[in-house]
Amino acid sequence: MEEQGVAVANDPIHQFQISRLVPIEVGGLDFSFTNSSLFMALTVATAGAFLFMSTTSRGLIPGRLQSVSEMSYEFIAGMLRDSAGSGGMKFFPMVFSLFMFVLVANLLGMFPYFFTVTSHIIVTFVLALFVILTVMIYGFAKHGLGFFGIFVPSGVPAALAPVVAPIEVISFLSRPISLSVRLFANMLAGHITLKVFAGFVTSLGALGAWGIGGAILPLLMTVALTGLEFLVAFLQAYVFAILTCMYLNDAVHGAH
Amino acid sequence: MFVAPAFAQEQAPDTNSEPLTQTPAITDGTTSHTEAEHTGVFPPFETTFFPSQILWLAIIFGLFYLFLNKVVLPRLGHILEVRRDRIAQDLDTAARMKEEADAAVAAYEQELADARAKANVIGQEARDRAKAEAEASRRATEAGLDTRLAEAESRIASIKNAAMADVGVIAEETAIAIVEALGGRADGAAIASAVAAERS
Repeated sequence: MEEQGVAVANDPIHQFQISRLVPIEVGGLDFSFTNSSLFMALTVATAGAFLFMSTTSRGLIPGRLQSVSEMSYEFIAGMLRDSAGSGGMKFFPMVFSLFMFVLVANLLGMFPYFFTVTSHIIVTFVLALFVILTVMIYGFAKHGLGFFGIFVPSGVPAALAPVVAPIEVISFLSRPISLSVRLFANMLAGHITLKVFAGFVTSLGALGAWGIGGAILPLLMTVALTGLEFLVAFLQAYVFAILTCMYLNDAVHGAH
Repeated sequence: MFVAPAFAQEQAPDTNSEPLTQTPAITDGTTSHTEAEHTGVFPPFETTFFPSQILWLAIIFGLFYLFLNKVVLPRLGHILEVRRDRIAQDLDTAARMKEEADAAVAAYEQELADARAKANVIGQEARDRAKAEAEASRRATEAGLDTRLAEAESRIASIKNAAMADVGVIAEETAIAIVEALGGRADGAAIASAVAAERS
């Protein structure tokens, strides 16, 4: 039993395991409410409650928490306006929800024993697909077949168009993959690294006085990595949001 | 997928005998444990849970989106808009007040300039008047002095005339006295004519 406990504590992959909390099965597919679902709900509840509670007073002069909400609002609004212009502002709720969801999911994942929703490729892929489908549906609805114009950048000589267009098509199709893998891989790798270094601390610490001395280095590393992971948590949410804005720019403005 | 054989290997001893797994668990606890408890696929790539994750993400993120779109964002937008309006209004007020202050300053400057000009005029007038008065009094004094000078000159002239008239008589008397002292006979008329001839 004890070895098992040690094994769990040192296993860097264990934190990504999904376990069924409420098993649900429909038509042979597993729709169980899992720990992943629980942390999605927790993410949404945390973000929603924070944004809601911090703004209940509707202060003309904002308090600290209200300032945070306002800053995130203006941060995303500015980002979207800069990338996609005022025409892109109709997608503001979408970009803001995506940013808040990814940010809070990443940050919640930093708590020990918490599950990191965004460390699963399927979650980030669904979010990326949501973005790309929005871009495609809105793009075709607005520009019709002219939306294909985004595959031929302006200023490219007609002779080069047959070469450039396939490259643009591939680049467009790889967007959901790059968008989702970037977030997923960052969160996964960061959490594994953190766990591995933290594991060194406990393993070395079990070796007596010399081990404890030697454990100082991985301990410092773990502390530093924790800081880095908080940065990555924010940065990846930011990257996800700004890429969403840039892709939406294609949908709003068509050929560039 | 690539871990599947390992999973198969590990599954067998784990289910069969407890002590057997205990021993490798010490040396290689990490791998044996994970693969023993779960299917052995790297968790993020485990397709079993894909439908569940997609479904719950759609539900939960959908609710989140609706909540933000309907409640939070309009509220935040309203707060920011109210503040922007308020700031714009305050700035307008400030600009208007500044204009008023500028106008007041300009009016004050104007008043000051007027007052200064007026003071200059008054000063100039006073100076001119004083100068004219001084001039007039100087003229009056000069005129008085002139008349007195003329009076004095005429008095001197009359005195001189009187003295000159006396000089003739004195000369005649002296000439008579001298002539008589010489033992001659003084001819009054001849002496008078000689004196008059001498004096003319």
